[in-house]
Amino acid sequence: MLYLYVGIAGALGALARYGLGTAIGAVWTNTFPIGTLVINLIGSFLLGWMTHFLFRTGKLTPQVVTAVGTGMIGSFTTFSTFSVETIQLIDMGKADQAIGYVLLSAGLGLYSSYLGYHFGTKRLRHQRGEEMT
Amino acid sequence: MTILLIMAGAFLGAIARFGVGQLMKAWSASAFPWATLFVNVSGSFGLGYLSSHTTYASLLLFLGVGFFGSLTTFSTLKLELMRFTSKDWFHFGMYLMATYLFGLIAAYIGWHL
Repeated sequence: MLYLYVGIAGALGALARYGLGTAIGAVWTNTFPIGTLVINLIGSFLLGWMTHFLFRTGKLTPQVVTAVGTGMIGSFTTFSTFSVETIQLIDMGKADQAIGYVLLSAGLGLYSSYLGYHFGTKRLRHQRGEEMT
Repeated sequence: MTILLIMAGAFLGAIARFGVGQLMKAWSASAFPWATLFVNVSGSFGLGYLSSHTTYASLLLFLGVGFFGSLTTFSTLKLELMRFTSKDWFHFGMYLMATYLFGLIAAYIGWHL
């Protein structure tokens, strides 16, 4: 049953990825793949925040945590599109953009995850502090 | 139709990624995120191959955006990397290098195969 929930949540996450990617692609005309980068940064922040706050509040069942974290956010973000876009940039002779894309993805992705962790942990402490008083 | 194709592919991709994770958990007690590394590298190869070998829109939506897009993940990769920071810089470096290096090489091979 858990596999079914992960699959359904994954389908919704992918749909959100496609929707946001299409919307960004409609206004962004440069070859630099900003859409995937933005999607991946948002997802990394959300997973960090959820893992360190939302999933620890005890209000969600383990099944919901797996479906949302692994299924939905996991499918919203993507690594394969990032890899292929980088190779396409290299093939187009845009090595500078390819290097920039890899560095931004590696650096900002980690920072987004950290920010999610940071704000999530803060929020959890705040909430637990209130419960104790 | 576009929406259905993406959702069907992503349904299978997310289940496959979760399944690999469960299998890996049952096989080894290693703290190294082999499952994520495996899906990200194999998915990069798959999408690379698909992208340069077909222009068939339905297949690109179902397998490309849906299946390979959801089989691979970026958010879990970053969460796992962050967990290594400050306590295990060796594995942090190994995991970061392995994912980006092998992921890009796999996409390159798939694309040019």
